[in-house]
Order: sequence, then structure tokens, then C-alpha cells
Amino acid sequence: MSKVLMKGNEAIAEAAIQAGCRFFFGYPITPQNEIPAYMAKRLPQVGGCFVQAESEVAAINMVYGAAGAGARVMTSSSSPGISLKQEGISYIAGAELPCLIVNIVRGGPGLGGIQPAQSDYFQAVKGGGHGDYHLVVLAPSTIQETVDLVRKGFDIADQYRNPVMILGDGMLGQMMEPVEFKEAKPRRLPPKDWATTGWKGDRPRAVINSLFIDPQVLEDHVNRIYKKYEEIKANETLVECYNCEDAEIIVSAYGTTARIVRSVTEMAARKGIKIGLIRPITLWPFPAETLRSWAQRDHVKAFLTVEMSMGQMVEDVTLSIDGLKPSHFYGRTGGMVPRPADILAEIEKIRGVNL
Amino acid sequence: MTEQIIIAGFGGQGVMSMGQLLAYAGMLEGKNVSWLPSYGPEMRGGTANCNVIITDDMVASPIVTQASAVIALNKPSLDKFENAVIPGGMLFVNSSLIDRKSMRGDIEAFYIPANEIADELGSSKVANTVVLGAYLAKAENSVSPKSIIEALKKVLGPDKQDLIPLNKEALKRGAELIQK
Repeated sequence: MSKVLMKGNEAIAEAAIQAGCRFFFGYPITPQNEIPAYMAKRLPQVGGCFVQAESEVAAINMVYGAAGAGARVMTSSSSPGISLKQEGISYIAGAELPCLIVNIVRGGPGLGGIQPAQSDYFQAVKGGGHGDYHLVVLAPSTIQETVDLVRKGFDIADQYRNPVMILGDGMLGQMMEPVEFKEAKPRRLPPKDWATTGWKGDRPRAVINSLFIDPQVLEDHVNRIYKKYEEIKANETLVECYNCEDAEIIVSAYGTTARIVRSVTEMAARKGIKIGLIRPITLWPFPAETLRSWAQRDHVKAFLTVEMSMGQMVEDVTLSIDGLKPSHFYGRTGGMVPRPADILAEIEKIRGVNL
Repeated sequence: MTEQIIIAGFGGQGVMSMGQLLAYAGMLEGKNVSWLPSYGPEMRGGTANCNVIITDDMVASPIVTQASAVIALNKPSLDKFENAVIPGGMLFVNSSLIDRKSMRGDIEAFYIPANEIADELGSSKVANTVVLGAYLAKAENSVSPKSIIEALKKVLGPDKQDLIPLNKEALKRGAELIQK
């Protein structure tokens, strides 16, 4: 199929429909409104169902219900709206249900602003809701990658019965790039024999539940979920390493910030500074092994993490490299975007200290 | 070759659609492109801008901080983006609405009375296309006017194909102004 020029938000919606998503429940918020708008138009054309709920809390509980019935279902929102959905997300994780949640991040805290940010990293990868659980968090950096990861996200959710989040930002949602909707090889997925599709006496009753009053039963339940997380870590971790061979400084960044850093690698090369880029594509599971293996190399003198936040992923980078090399941070927040020249200045400063 | 463009003006002047046409035309020519809009609380009468990148390489950052060309359709846009033009780059000024000249000596500046020409053509709506025509006549590394027309045919859809001749004429008038 040929390429089409699409806004990130619309591409996410179209990719979801092509991946078989037939249910969308949401509540409007900038900068992701094109997703529900596109779904409202397209879902009825393919026999699906779009509901603009009365609130984010209602929307995520509709997702919970549809996921329990075995549907491919998604919701999308932006930072403050995702905060409202956290109770439902924790229930969905506790009940082991698959769904896709899109967060097109804007500046915070509070109502914050509407410009792009990455300050929801902690919320996405460290919990957000209550209890012991993880979302699988995918962080695309181009619209093509977003489209590819939407399908993958639904498949991961179904394979492991766990909610998956796409973590984008306002820039990725609003910009346009050419995309191609490729025919993907379908994953072999387990049957949804746990779904509440109506009991006719021919199988054990399906029960969707996240309440376990007996603490031993709850511990066993959580342990089983965490065993699944080990499988996810082993099978689904994704990372891109660019220019890392013989790099003096490795910069780590994800999403659109990684694209800005990529521009900086060329600017630095012109000044004779060798920098590499490690771009985690899955933020959970985090590519800790990859970072650690580069930290063990002699030519790598220091790490710099660049984010549109006050420093969140940098904590995972620091943990991963485990004191082997110094870990630095540079970020802008509140909807401000790091400028290539400022990142380069930071790199030169670090180079002065560490080399 | 990489073309990095900032287009800015009042909301309603067609800033966003100009950028989309450039990106679309670049895609039709098989290049890598990106279009990034400002999406603040802009509305009709407010200011709006977009960044367009057209390149043979991959598009790294979609943000344009060092523009090969800036197109300013109103005065606040000129004030804001004049300094974003790289030395040797190009600045296109809508002289119908902007009464000052460029203060830079290290760039090429072009003054296009876009609204007057659009009114002569019978529709003030094509002022943006007039400036686009001027830009295309100068920017050798950008897309061809032919691709812009192809893109316009696709963007307008089957119901609005009657607008094509007017836009073709507007592109031509903009280009002629530069070549004079």
C-alpha cells in the first residue's frame, strides 16, 4: 500500500481500526482530540462502537467491561485525563484484561498546559494507579513507528492479558508525516476462553474480578502476574542504538526528544565529538541490559539523559548503568522543547568534566 | 538536500494549509517530509505557524529552529521569525500587510503584495498561494509547482476541483513577481 500524509492522532486511530479494534470509549481533551473524532467517524463504518462517555472515569470502566467480554478495545486521553483513569487502569491490570490506552502527554502538573511534555513517565512506567502492577509502555518517535506499535500493542495486550500504553506527546499527536499501513504478520494469540461471553453450561463460568479478600490468594495472584512480567521482559523489550560504536558520550532519550537528539549527533560530529543515542522503544520493560552493556565499554565516558521533564527516565538510566559511568540530565518542562543547540552545549559541558 | 521552512501568519490566512501542501507535494516526489503545527489557543485573528521539512534523508527533529526559508504573512510573524532564517537563507514578506523591510543584511528578502494580487485574481483567499508561488520560484531544493497542483487536487477532493485554475494562476503570479 502507498504512503499517506496523516496527523499522528489520526494515524493512531486508523491503525487501531486496522488492528481490529472495534470499541472506543473516551472523553475529549487537547492535544489528542483527533483520536476520538476519527473513531467517532470511522467505527460505525466498520460495525464498531464509539461512545463519548460522561467522564474519564466512566470511559475507562467501559473499557474494563468491553475488555472483560473479550473485545479489542481502546481509550485515549492526555495527562490530566489519564490521571482520572488510574483507578480503572489498576482494576484492568488486577483483573488481567487486555486493552490499549493512549496518552498524548501535555505539560503538568495539574491542568498544566496543552504543549508537548514527557512528564508522565513515572505515572506510566512506575504504576500510576494503586497496587503491584505494570503497564507495557510503548514510546514511538515517528508516526510510522506509532502506527506499527499500535498493532503490536494490541497483540502484546492479548498475548499476556495486560493493559498496554502508548506514550506519545502533543508534538507526535499533532504533526503530520507520511505513513504506510503495512499488512502485519498476525501473532499466534491464545483464545480468549476467559471472556464473559455468556454461560451455556459447557465450560467453567468466566469471572472478571480484581477483589481477593484472602491475602494468601491475593499474593499468589500477584506472584502469577509478576511471573508473566518476566516473560514480557524477556520477549518484548525494544531499544534502538544509533552511533554508539566508539561514542564518548551516550545520550538516552525517547519519543520525539530522541529525534531532536538525533539532530544533535550530527552537529556534535561536525565539532569532532562522538555521541551515540540509545532510544528505549519500550519504557516498560526498560532496556536496562542494553544500557549496562554500553556502560561497560571503555570508550563510553558518560551518559546524558534528555527529556521533556524535570528528570524521570534518568532514574532508570542511572539504575541500569549502576554507577559504572557518570549519569547526567538535561531537560525542559511545562511544554517547552529542548533545543538542539542547548543539548549540544550540555554535551560539551559534560565532556569538559568527564574527559 | 534539506529544506526547512517556517510559515507564519494570522489564523485564517491559510498558513497551515500552505505547509500541508508543501509536505504533501514533497511526499508525492518521494521525499521524506514532516509538518508540525503550532497548536496553542490560536484561532481566526490570532497568530499561527507551522514547520515543514522536506529532505532526501530521514527527518530527525521535526522542529525548525534554523530555517532555509521563512514565509511571514503578517507583521507579528516577521518580528518573531526573521531571526530564524539561516545566513544566506530566504525571507518572504507579505508586503500587503507588513510595512517594514527586513533588518537582516545576510539573507535574501522578497516582498510580495499578496493580498493585492489575490484581490486582482478575484479571491482574497489565494493570497497564501501567491506567496507560495514566489517561494517555489526561488527555492531550488524544494518541491515543483506541478507537485503542489497535484497535492492540491488530492487535498481539495472531487467537489472542489474548480478551484484548481485559480490557484494555478495565483502560483504563476507569485512566481512572475520574483522573476521580474
